[in-house]
Amino acid sequence: MATDKNIKPKVAVHKFSSCDGCQLAFLNMGENLLTLSTLVDITHFAEAGPVDEDTPVEIAFIEGSLASPDDLERIKHIRSNSRFVVSIGACATSGGVQALRNMANTKDWIAAVYASPEYIHSLDCSTPISDHIKVDLELWGCPVSSWQMLQAVRSLLFGAKPEVLNDKVCQECKRQQHVCVLVAKGEPCMGPVTRTGCGAICPAMGRACYSCYGPAEMVNPESLNQRFLGLGLLSSEASRRFLFINSGAPEFHKQGLKCKPASSDDGNLDG
Amino acid sequence: MTNPYLPYEATIIERIQESPNLFTLRLCFTDPKLQSDYCFEPGQFNMLYLYGVGEIPISIVSDPKDEHIIDHTIRAVGRVTNAMSNLKPGARIGIRGPYGRGWPILEAEQRDVVVVTGGLGCAPVVSVINYMSHRRERFGKLNIVQGVKHSNDFIWRDRYDHWRELPDTKVLLAADDGEPIWPWHVGRVTDLFDQLEFNKDHVIVMLCGPEGMMRVVIKHMLEQGVAAKDIWLSMERNMQCAVGHCGHCQFGAKFICKDGPVFCYEDVKSLLGQRGF
Amino acid sequence: MTNKNSKVEFLPRSHFQELIEHLQQAGYTCVGPQVHEHAIHYAELAHADFLPQGMSEEQSPGQYRLHEAGHDRYFAWANGPQALKPLLFTPREALWQSSNNCEDNASLCFKELIPEQRPLAVIGARACDLAALYIHDKHFLQHGYRDPYYLARRKNMLLIAVNCTHPADTCFCASTGDGPRATYGYDLLLNELDDGFIIESHSEKGVAIQTQLNLQAAEASQLEQANDAVEQAAARQTRGLPAQNLSQPLLDNLHHPHWEEVAQRCLSCGNCTAVCPTCFCHSELDEPVLDGSHSVHYRQWDSCFCQKHSYIHGMTIRDTAGLRYRQWMTHKLGSWHEQFGRSGCVGCGRCITWCPVGIDITEEAKVICSGDQHD
Repeated sequence: MATDKNIKPKVAVHKFSSCDGCQLAFLNMGENLLTLSTLVDITHFAEAGPVDEDTPVEIAFIEGSLASPDDLERIKHIRSNSRFVVSIGACATSGGVQALRNMANTKDWIAAVYASPEYIHSLDCSTPISDHIKVDLELWGCPVSSWQMLQAVRSLLFGAKPEVLNDKVCQECKRQQHVCVLVAKGEPCMGPVTRTGCGAICPAMGRACYSCYGPAEMVNPESLNQRFLGLGLLSSEASRRFLFINSGAPEFHKQGLKCKPASSDDGNLDG
Repeated sequence: MTNPYLPYEATIIERIQESPNLFTLRLCFTDPKLQSDYCFEPGQFNMLYLYGVGEIPISIVSDPKDEHIIDHTIRAVGRVTNAMSNLKPGARIGIRGPYGRGWPILEAEQRDVVVVTGGLGCAPVVSVINYMSHRRERFGKLNIVQGVKHSNDFIWRDRYDHWRELPDTKVLLAADDGEPIWPWHVGRVTDLFDQLEFNKDHVIVMLCGPEGMMRVVIKHMLEQGVAAKDIWLSMERNMQCAVGHCGHCQFGAKFICKDGPVFCYEDVKSLLGQRGF
Repeated sequence: MTNKNSKVEFLPRSHFQELIEHLQQAGYTCVGPQVHEHAIHYAELAHADFLPQGMSEEQSPGQYRLHEAGHDRYFAWANGPQALKPLLFTPREALWQSSNNCEDNASLCFKELIPEQRPLAVIGARACDLAALYIHDKHFLQHGYRDPYYLARRKNMLLIAVNCTHPADTCFCASTGDGPRATYGYDLLLNELDDGFIIESHSEKGVAIQTQLNLQAAEASQLEQANDAVEQAAARQTRGLPAQNLSQPLLDNLHHPHWEEVAQRCLSCGNCTAVCPTCFCHSELDEPVLDGSHSVHYRQWDSCFCQKHSYIHGMTIRDTAGLRYRQWMTHKLGSWHEQFGRSGCVGCGRCITWCPVGIDITEEAKVICSGDQHD
């Protein structure tokens, strides 16, 4: 994406089913947001003001999962209008916390929650963007980190594909010299199966990682699950460590279902 | 003390597109003193730095006696190399080197030489072939064998044509898959080996390319009676520091960047072809 | 081992703060063990009061628990997750900076970022860590290229060793020959007794500090007590590695089924390599500022358990957990001998304690090197 210095590349920020927290990662950039606006031309960013989904862009950031029939059409339109598509955050990369409903009967709970269920048009499953279109880069996290988004933009402006972080949180945690909360305190830390990029903020506060950044490469959820049981967690508690923010990520989904008790506390996946 | 990690600025003098994803950058240090002091051996490599993106190891393909330029032929395959392929003449780049051990040129003098390359791995040997072609009288019979997957992958036809004209020099080419007008062999490089001319007791074999191909050639050469100590190969692993510190390129006890990239087969045979090393 | 000008003397515990003060007056910033995040951790030490007095700990595979032990000692514990490594080979550091906004906009300027050289006095180094330091000195300073970043820190470091009297269950330095007694690589050496320390020097720098202290002559009974404590510390260790070069046994068993058995448990998280005092792998990366005016080139700890460690255009050489664990062990216990003239394991046991699932290098090496294919 090496560009003429005088022509600013166009950038769009799209939202699907999500809490808007990842878009806030843009708005919370402070001074960097001003710098960014001198480097790129933001054509669509409803939360911040500009609305224009139709102008072709160099980079499209996509927040949120696909959860309604309309979403499926809109995402195709965005793909055809965008040169480089970046899905940002847990919803866009794994289906998000709302993918917990993929394990329940959609009709039943819609009927239970809404007075007029006929107005609700939800798909049976909440799915990540990459299930539907080609995604050029995934930035995981709930929410995604501003730093990662800025590094991605900067890299694209230099004409290079952004670096993908896929190491475990432990790597970053140890580089920051934190003491392992699993080993020293028996906390059920998800760091050993979780993708880095957050800056190990939970272990830095002495608490266990809950994997808001989703699975890292080469994870071994079965072994970590065994360790959690060894720490005294019930099988259902251990399963909730995997079936939480990124329950739709295949590695976690598979592990979570393996040890999730079949009946009693179904639907009570409150992590 | 000089800092082994610190690059120096160089200018791109020329950029040559060799094939759809292969390009050559002709570089010159911006500081004339650095350029005139720079010397290397064929087979060594430099770390090239693309501003704001990162560094990559690239072997040097120009002649060591050329005082004015340093050539690097680069395959656009990764994050850095793809971005680097967009650079134009006049652009600046960082460079540090040379690193590693090159080809055994002194050992090869007065001996027959067989150079076998495969795939797109010919760049690391172009420098040594050029070196020998410019000093042809110092070496015995020269055999140059190049195998490619598809005849379209074959680059530098004019160089090969030139080498073919040299005295006592054989150039053998093979493509797994040849276009209709491909005048050379269709099949494996090893099919051509009965055409090689060398004295097995007085030869240096130089190999570069995919490890699978190099192992096949090594097996053949050993069967022909060539000694393991006379077979040399250029190896490739992840290299980030180039000075034997970062640990990525370790191959058993060897650091490819520092102890190689050119190795005597004898020194690497225990692990060559062993998955995971 | 003792410097020819050094005396073996006694420093009452109540006077330990004087040692710190003399070091500070000599221009050193003191670094020492302290309780931090539920473990013994090395950090800047302003006063002896911050030392982990009365603390002990229990360690087992995958578990570390610190507790008040009801004694007065400062050093009655086995090592926590880190000691000297991060002080010299820092987890992340800027190597150089490039910028393209020099006078002429097209050009690239490079500036090296060598750290400020602050003299450090490290109090409490154990024999295993001194052995590891010896290896890192060789790696970063003696094998071909000298690392100016490591050197800047190393040449200003004063080391005050403490002989280890409280090995953890995971320790096995006696079997590797690296401890529990410190025999080289320090400036000053302490042996802790109930009421104070035997102190001796091993370098001119150490003598210079020792002679300033108000010390008593050490009595023979005190020396005997100190010696017994270290010997008992060695005798208490139950784990061990064979005291031999394991290169060949490991090479002979590259396809042992036990590699796969370990891979079933291994998380490929790299905690073992992070806490290992001899692991030196690091990656390099560029971090440009958003406006593109400059970019900082960093290095940071990497691990052979990470995918990118062995990545080479389109191919990951070690794409399974078994291959990664095998790389780590065959390097640490095997090819290390050819590289450094000794094993890469100093018996500190950290990789056992700090492995979240408690994989035990001594046990795994035993099974694999035995060649017995039936686990």
